[in-house]
Amino acid sequence: MFETLFPIFVLAFFAVLTVLIMFYLPEILGPKTKSKRKYSPYECGLIPQTDARERIPIKFYLIAIAFVVFDLEVVFLYPWAIIYKDLGLFGLFEMGLFILILLLGFFYIVGKGVLKWE
Amino acid sequence: MLLSIFIDVVKVIVVFAGFMIMIAYTTWFERRMVAFIQSRLGPNRVGPAGLLQPIADAFKLLFKEPFLPEKSNKVLFSLAPMIAFIPPILAVAVVPIGDTITIAGRKVELLISDLNIGILYVFALGSIGVYGLVLAGWSSNSKYSLLGGLRSSAQMISYEIGLGLSVVGLLMIAQTFSIAEIVRQQSGSVLNWYFFKQPVAFFLFFICAMAESNRLPFDLPEAESELVAGYHTEYPGMRFALFFLGEYAHMITVSMVTASLFFGGWSGPFLPPIVWFLIKVVAFLFIYVWVRGTLPRFRYDQLMRFGWLVIFPLTLVNILVTGLVMVL
Repeated sequence: MFETLFPIFVLAFFAVLTVLIMFYLPEILGPKTKSKRKYSPYECGLIPQTDARERIPIKFYLIAIAFVVFDLEVVFLYPWAIIYKDLGLFGLFEMGLFILILLLGFFYIVGKGVLKWE
Repeated sequence: MLLSIFIDVVKVIVVFAGFMIMIAYTTWFERRMVAFIQSRLGPNRVGPAGLLQPIADAFKLLFKEPFLPEKSNKVLFSLAPMIAFIPPILAVAVVPIGDTITIAGRKVELLISDLNIGILYVFALGSIGVYGLVLAGWSSNSKYSLLGGLRSSAQMISYEIGLGLSVVGLLMIAQTFSIAEIVRQQSGSVLNWYFFKQPVAFFLFFICAMAESNRLPFDLPEAESELVAGYHTEYPGMRFALFFLGEYAHMITVSMVTASLFFGGWSGPFLPPIVWFLIKVVAFLFIYVWVRGTLPRFRYDQLMRFGWLVIFPLTLVNILVTGLVMVL
């Protein structure tokens, strides 16, 4: 455990160090000028009237929920794929049934028009 | 014990330094290649053939003024570029760059860490990269950034399913998650490459990986012609460059993983393993650049429809066919 994880932590240390240097070195090297306009959000020269965080189309939530369901399917498929050779036809049948049930949900989603962007 | 720790640290330093140089020179490579595709010369003034251009760019960006937009969420705003940049570097740890070699009676594996869950580790880090974009879009409190962040979140989670499912067929044959082991299974002959056993999986994997790293046909989170610069509109100087370099790091990591999973990684005749590995990685990087120079951007509805209605069913069919062929 230690032998496999230790080098990754060493790599993470170097990566984080590099990023911190790249992020904070300009604070020392770069110029500092104060200007009110510079700190306001970029909106093609217009003065921003409202907060940017407004209501978001429901589509994004629906996609996110569909993602959770189907990503779980991926999680189930991984251990199954590793021992598939031992399971054989039984494994294929069982997993086929599982995917079929999930696909019913998928067709329902498509039929409801969740994936239509108009 | 001390010696093995020393070897580990040396390996990490060599791979990390090599990877950082690769990131820098991928920017040069891409600018040069895209320029040739568009009948231009590209950067050729700084050093021979413009080879010092990445260094000059780095110095220029270091001397730019850093600032935090006043309406932004300061902590998240600072954290986002770091989250975008670190995961692709960490993912390199499980990719082998050569076979096990013997130095003075000690067996030294030419990879940083032989995790037995290598592929899962790579995908997990790829998913963390999404947070960088989403947080950047949200914390900037600018309309363009928010739209870019929203798009990227929906796009990347959609293609993540395809990415995860596309390698399942390969895993069924390989019976292991360890990338080092998968490469070893493919060594010996070109016909052992998993590309020939799983061609559909390769294409699906490559397309999804392209979408995951926000490369051109799928670069809607940036979409400079409509969203200014998407999620990194508000970022100045080096902080913007962190996103930019993170994208290149992601590209290189994906090329390395693709070469290892489907094209036998370091295995090849005559030349040393590391040379074969680099040849394959650069070939994939070239394909990335070539695609960028050739294809126009998707429209958002086409993108989502393609991900859910083409990629997703095809991956399932690929798994089914692989399963049937293996049983019968």
